[in-house]
Amino acid sequence: MRGVIRGRAWRFGDGITTDHIIPGRYYHLRDDIRALARHAMEDADPDFARSARPGDLIVAGKNFGQGSSREYAPLVLLERGIGAVVAESFARIFFRNAINVGLPLVICDTEGIEAGDELEIDLEWGKARNLTRGFERDFNPLPPWLRAVLGEGGVVPYILKHGGLGFVRPTRGHEKGG
Amino acid sequence: MAGQTLAEKILSLRLGRTVEAGDLVVVPVDLVLAHEGTAPLAVERFRALGKREPSVPVLLFFDHAAPAPRRELADVQRALRAFAARYRVHLHEVGTGICHQVMAERWAAPGQVIVGADSHTCTAGALGAFAIGMGSTDVAVTMALGENWFRVPETIRIDIRGGGKDSDGLPPGVTPKDVVMRLIGLLGDDGATYKALEFGGPAVEAMDMDGRMTLCNMAVEAGAKTGLCASDGMTWSFLTEMGREAVFFPLAPDSDAEYERRLEVDVSDLPPQVAFPPSVDRIRSVEEAEGIRVDQVLIGTCTNGRLFDLRLAARILAGRKVHPGVRLLVAPASREVYLRAAREGLLEIFVRAGGAVLPPGCGPCVGVHLGVLGEGERCLSTQNRNFPGRMGNPEAEIYLASPATAAASAVTGEITDPREFLRGKGEGCEE
Repeated sequence: MRGVIRGRAWRFGDGITTDHIIPGRYYHLRDDIRALARHAMEDADPDFARSARPGDLIVAGKNFGQGSSREYAPLVLLERGIGAVVAESFARIFFRNAINVGLPLVICDTEGIEAGDELEIDLEWGKARNLTRGFERDFNPLPPWLRAVLGEGGVVPYILKHGGLGFVRPTRGHEKGG
Repeated sequence: MAGQTLAEKILSLRLGRTVEAGDLVVVPVDLVLAHEGTAPLAVERFRALGKREPSVPVLLFFDHAAPAPRRELADVQRALRAFAARYRVHLHEVGTGICHQVMAERWAAPGQVIVGADSHTCTAGALGAFAIGMGSTDVAVTMALGENWFRVPETIRIDIRGGGKDSDGLPPGVTPKDVVMRLIGLLGDDGATYKALEFGGPAVEAMDMDGRMTLCNMAVEAGAKTGLCASDGMTWSFLTEMGREAVFFPLAPDSDAEYERRLEVDVSDLPPQVAFPPSVDRIRSVEEAEGIRVDQVLIGTCTNGRLFDLRLAARILAGRKVHPGVRLLVAPASREVYLRAAREGLLEIFVRAGGAVLPPGCGPCVGVHLGVLGEGERCLSTQNRNFPGRMGNPEAEIYLASPATAAASAVTGEITDPREFLRGKGEGCEE
């Protein structure tokens, strides 16, 4: 995972479901990720499926990735070379799937970002700059332990390199009063 | 020290030490689940992790597109059969039923930790298991390591009060599906993200396992990590009926458990509910939907394909005919449900009414086969999602409702309040 990424925004609203990201009717293409990825975001913006370029960014509102657990949702975005998904919030399973497969996520206020804007995002320091409109926004970067997984390209390469779930530091022991 | 929620209790039991909401934990997992839509990737990742054998029992299901509707999917199933034969994998063949239903009938038990590559894995929370939907890679990691990491969720406690005939049950014509849709309307489709929903109160205590599974099934539609019910006498009855009483043990949250939020919902005056497209939290009362014409009605799925649901639908459809403008599809959730429905004569009622009974499985809910919608068509379904394209066509519309509302609407050809159909047909629908 590079610390700073730069790319052009594709703009989506709230509640983009995994059915929007990769529709169930392409179920039979799941064995062929390149063919599947040609339909990425098709039901949210057919133009994206046709003309998204490597390095582009997805910018959305609340609850991005809600719905089914299909991991093909982050995978088709990775296959299309999407640099990161920037959204106000993510659905739980999508969030975990994206980290697991190495797709960077940014939780950030996305108001005022328009389609086609050029963004520069510092994933480590939590700065999003809109180069087109000239504003900057702070966000809470992912915690270092999840960035460690992204840094290895996902949880499978992480485990192969480190031998286990070493990135997780389990909470131990509680002393609660009252 | 404060008491524990069900989620905290199960994870503490499994770890042998006290954990609380917000903790990060690595927990041994009892069962993993995948189906032919998510298993191929899980198998690929499992192989990449280089382990010889899965470290945890693996349940593999052919339910989403089964029997295979096209050659690509037949080949996927063929490869998975070979994998299952080689490793210790419990393969559930075509016709066995929907993974979540079969999980409840044959595998899940109170206190277990279950990871499934399907978002509705939370259904098993009805039995007092901590059952979490994840992606294929998380299932592969769990297969390889026998454990996975979790953040112990905060819990939203939901107490449901009824008002039916025994003052605990639901009012006539109102089902657990109506209750859970109402809750999702209140919470919003991301109102419980990362949280556990814990269902209780008199109406849940009086509810059988079929109803509790409907509640827990739809927890994820509010964004929740899982849904949970206490393990009690109803759980014991269900497990006994399935020949598995040995795995029963009682499990309840502590009375002084700390909840992030408590919600008390009185459903004694609740009308039947309908979710309008295109999102699960656009919940209205059936009155506002009455008169909307439908082309297809689906009764089934992991939300509402159980015996309770089929009995209720059959009570409305008995001696009636499906409207000529409607296709009625009925898909029992499992072989067990199918056999019992056949024995009780329910399937005959559906067929005589003009419906088509599909093999046990997910049916048209996945949008792959057995009832894909045409352009501009409208379906009323008992499933859990109404997103655009869910049933195979983004130009079609999906409304969600209970099996009672679905059956009544199949008769009239438009969305219809089922309560008038149930009058004079015995009381309520709590049986």
